[in-house]
Parts: sequence; structure tokens; C-alpha cells
Amino acid sequence: MIQLEKRPQPSRLWTFLTPMLAVAITMIVGGALFAALGKNPVEAIRTIFWDPLFGEFAFYYRPQLLVKAAPLILIAIGLSLGFKAGIWNIGAEGQYIMGALAGAGVGLAFYPLEAAYVFPLMIIAGALGGWAWGMIPGLLKTRFGTNEILVSLMLVYVAEQLLAKMALGLLRNPDGRGFPGSRNLQQYPSAHNAEIIAGTGIHWGVVAALIAVIFAYILFTRHLLGYQIRLAGQAPKAARFAGVNPARLTLVCLGLSGALAGLAGMFEVSGPAGQINIDFNVGYGFTAIIVAFLGRLHPVGILLAGLLLALTFIGGENAESNLGLPAAAIQMFQGMLLFFLLAVDVLTNFRLRWKTAEVV
Amino acid sequence: MDLSSINPTLLLASLIVASTPILLAALGELVVERAGVLNLGVEGMMITGAICGFAIAVNTGSPFVGFIAAALGGAALAFLFAILTQFALANQVASGLALTLFGLGLSALLGQGYQGLKPPPTSDIDIPILSDLPILGPVLFSHDPMVYLALSLVAAVWFVLNRTRAGLILRAVGENHGAAHALGYKVIRIRILAILFGGACAGLGGAYLSLVRVPQWTEGMTAGSGWIALALVVFASWKAGRVLLGAWLFGGISVLQLNLQAAGVAIPVEYLSMSPYLITILVLVIMSADKSRAPGSLGRTFHASD
Repeated sequence: MIQLEKRPQPSRLWTFLTPMLAVAITMIVGGALFAALGKNPVEAIRTIFWDPLFGEFAFYYRPQLLVKAAPLILIAIGLSLGFKAGIWNIGAEGQYIMGALAGAGVGLAFYPLEAAYVFPLMIIAGALGGWAWGMIPGLLKTRFGTNEILVSLMLVYVAEQLLAKMALGLLRNPDGRGFPGSRNLQQYPSAHNAEIIAGTGIHWGVVAALIAVIFAYILFTRHLLGYQIRLAGQAPKAARFAGVNPARLTLVCLGLSGALAGLAGMFEVSGPAGQINIDFNVGYGFTAIIVAFLGRLHPVGILLAGLLLALTFIGGENAESNLGLPAAAIQMFQGMLLFFLLAVDVLTNFRLRWKTAEVV
Repeated sequence: MDLSSINPTLLLASLIVASTPILLAALGELVVERAGVLNLGVEGMMITGAICGFAIAVNTGSPFVGFIAAALGGAALAFLFAILTQFALANQVASGLALTLFGLGLSALLGQGYQGLKPPPTSDIDIPILSDLPILGPVLFSHDPMVYLALSLVAAVWFVLNRTRAGLILRAVGENHGAAHALGYKVIRIRILAILFGGACAGLGGAYLSLVRVPQWTEGMTAGSGWIALALVVFASWKAGRVLLGAWLFGGISVLQLNLQAAGVAIPVEYLSMSPYLITILVLVIMSADKSRAPGSLGRTFHASD
């Protein structure tokens, strides 16, 4: 019989090893799955994880890695603040949409004005849009004790409907011959989140993601708020004695994570995506949950996890076009990753002991 | 706009149909939460049930076999959750989310090639005499077997939870797992059984969507039903009878907004479509004032050494 014995303290070694172990198990089980689908598992894993980085066309894919990773990292950094404190913002997808709507809305309102202040205004609007959407579950939780998980999630569906309404109505391109979707911001230089260094994939969203990582790192290691967040998550009662105001903490965490998700949406709509459209959102808000956990809620971990998940997106698209692997396989692959991570996590907090049946 | 085109009898009858998926899923989750486990993976288990039921029903030509497959599919996914939370002692919130993300991906994968197909029809059972009653007949007594199953399940869950020894033990495990363990009850085993039951119910609810309510398979077709089912359990203050009332309320809202859309009401379609979610939030706000009814050990991990 295997028995679990609680460790007095979580093992530091396993905290670092478990994410890698989870990735390894996911590759093995994922490979078996691809084999079951009639694909060569080695080729599939190589197409997803190796070719985009080191393959023949890597020069094209490497910049893409930053483009995909930036929103994931931005959102996941925000989520990690709340998750650490036991505040579960699951609705980042909705906050991402609202940030994009607010950012694009401001940009389109100025069209076709050419001015240097348009883009900064859009950034502020994007952050505020996501912040406001994140404050709804926050305020409802602090005022009425409403479950923030369910509320933030419901708001995703509301945001999706608003997105559809805006793409078909208020923000629709007047020159678009009745097609849904807004003007393309890529063709409006003042509002375009262009590549900062051509050919690298680095746009302002990537810069923001890196700033967020640094900001979060300092917050957790040097700032009182970071300490309060950790304390509230690990020992809520002690936190109250230490003078942590739980309501304020909830609002700060949900507001910040909403603002970061909103920023991600704004950078996406003004850059890689270009326009508001019905299917503008692609699930970054949900994938970022996996990124946050896989990164151990640690800023540097999240940076690495974001790059890894971005790789599965790019490699997955490759595998889709080259090997005919269904797009859904990647989504499942990502879900599986979180699954195995949670499963092997037991090693961090518990020691496994082999025990023979005791004689009573 | 022509509101007279809305037939109240048909509206009530479709309300019953619309409420069945969330009723089934919420009843399952009610039992799970009463055992002290918070499984947020309802959405994932529902959509897995939806595709399992759909695929098997299409291949066998029998909706009945499809529903059984859906229950098994939902339970299988729930078993993964049970392993994570009961053996690996993983955080229940994170595990539930993992279940939903995994289920959405898995169902999309399994559903390749099933888009655009029609499932075999589920025939209605007209209960003799009763179904001929005016208004009440078509509303209550002229439905498919799953509607009756869901309704009898409400009664069965209420009875088992409140009037049997098994229900008492289950509730004890949910209220205070330490005490239940000290009394010699197998906390882990009871919770796993509850989780499996919840998964099977969610699977049935999902299959009801893909086989009866919609009826077809599209990716992500549950569109938040699982989350509404979770909200329903809070709304019902963890009581079986109130789950039925809540399901009718939400079924009514979703049917009414569809009817209003069809009648061409001046409100844009998108705003009508978001109404069920907004009302769920509103109801949650109203019901959240009283948290005292939640099972005492809800969401807490049990390990015998504690």
C-alpha cells in the first residue's frame, strides 16, 4: 500500500520538478492519444514542440511565440495575484473581451485622426474596461458575499454577447459593406499596436507582459501587498489578525487581474487581431488559468509556462495543417497538462511511503 | 412585435424541456456538495456527456443507449476528478476547472465528424388519460422519458438525503468529515460515490441537450449550462425541492427569451441572449446573503492524518 505522509513544509525541490514532470507525462499520454488517432506520435510531438523552435521554418514561428505568449502571460500574472490569496477570478476571458472593446472603441472614436496620444488613450481605456468588468464580481463578493467564481464566469457569456452586438452594431465598419466586424486598426497608424522591432514579434503587449512579470516579482518579494496576498491565501485567520482587510484585498486582486486581462485584449485587438469581430476571443482567458498554475503562481514560472503554452498553440496549428491533427486535440492537450500537474502536485506536499499492511 | 404568437401552454411545456438539463446536472452537484465536495467541472462533464450520448445514439440508433453512454462518460470524467481530489488531495477548485477545460477539449475532439448529423428521435410518452387534460396534459404529461426520470430523481434525491440512513451518513460526511471519520465512516469512499453520481447526472443533462433539446452536436454547445447548474445549487440552498423550482425559473427565462426573439421584440437578440446569465448573477446576489446552509466541509480536503 502507498501511504501519504504530510510534509511539514512543501518540498522546494518538488515545487520545481512537478511542472516538468507534468509536461513529460502529458507528452507521453498525449503521444499515446495521437497514436490512437492514427498519427505517428513521435512526429506529432516533434511538430508541436520542436519544429517551431528549431525546425526549418523556425525563423517564422519564433516571433509568433512572443505574440501568442504575451496575452497569456499578462492574464496569468493577474490571475496569480488572486489565486495566491484564494480569490478565484475565472472570468478573465470576459475581462479580455471588455478591454478589447473599450480599447478599440476609443481608437475607433478618434478615426481618422492622426495623433500620438490616441494609442496611450486606448491603453488606458483597455485597462479600465477589463478593470471595470473584474470589479463586478469583486464588488458583489465584498458587498453581498456572492461567489466570485460563478459571477466572473457568467460575465464571460455576457461579454461574448456584447462583443457580438458591438461587432454587428456600434463598432461595425461603416465601409464594410454590411459585413460584421470593425475597421481594421492595423490600417490606422495612430491606433496600431505595430511590431516595435520588425520581424521579432515584439509589440507593446510583449513589453507590457515583461513589465507585468517584473512588477509582480517585486510585489511578491518586496511589497507589503504581496505579503498580504500570500498571508491571506495561506492563513486567512492570521491575515485578519495582521490587519489585512479581506474586502480591500479582494477588490485589489480582482481589479488588477481584470485590468491586466483588459490590457491583453486591447493589445491583441489593436495588433495581431486587428479588429473587433464576433469570434475575436480565442480562449486566452481560460488557457491563462493553466499558465498560472503551471507557472506555480510565480512570475518567472508564469513567464516560462506562457511561452510553453504559446508553443503548443503554434505547434498545434502546425500539426493541424501538416498532420491533419484536429485543433481540439491541442485544447485537450492543454487541459491534460493541468490535470497531470494537479495530480503530481501531491509529491510537493506529501511524502509517499510504502507500507505493508499492519497487523492489528 | 406580436406577443400573441406566444402560446402559454407551449411555453410551459417547453419550459419543462428547457429546465431538464440543468435540473439533472444540478441534482447531481447537490449530492456532491452535500458530501462536502465542490466539483466545478459540471460544464466539462455535461459536454462530455453530450458528445458521448450523441455519438453512441447516432451509431446505435437508440437514444436510450445514448443516455446510458452519456451517464458513463460523465461518471468517467468525474472519476478523474475523484482521483485528483480524493487520492492526490489536489485543490478542488483547480481540479474542477481542469475538468472543464479538459472536457471541452475532449468533447470537441470526440465530436469531429458528428457536426451536422441528426440524432435518432427520442419519442414522447403520453401518459394515458392525464395527457388528455387541457393545459396540464401537454405541459406535464406528454414528454420524453428523461423528463419523468429527472422529476422522479428530484423526489428520490430528497428522500434518500432526508429519510434514509445512507443520506444521513452522506450529510454527516459533508458537514464534518473529521467527525464522520472518527465514527468510522469511509469518508473517501462515500465522496467518490457521490462524485460519480454527480458526473453521471451531469452527463445525462448534457445528453439531453444534444439528443432532445437542440438536437444536434456543436462544439461548446452547453454554453454555460453547467455553471448555471452550479449556481442553481446555491440558489436552492442545497435543497432538492428548491433545485426543481430554480430549474423551472431558469428554464422559463431561457424559453421566454427565445420566444421573445422569435416574436421580434424590439430588444436586440444579443441582450436577450445574455439575460439568463444576468439573471443568474442577480439570483446569486440575492441568495448569497445567507451562507449558513452550505455544508460545513464544502471544498475542504480530507486527509486522515489531519
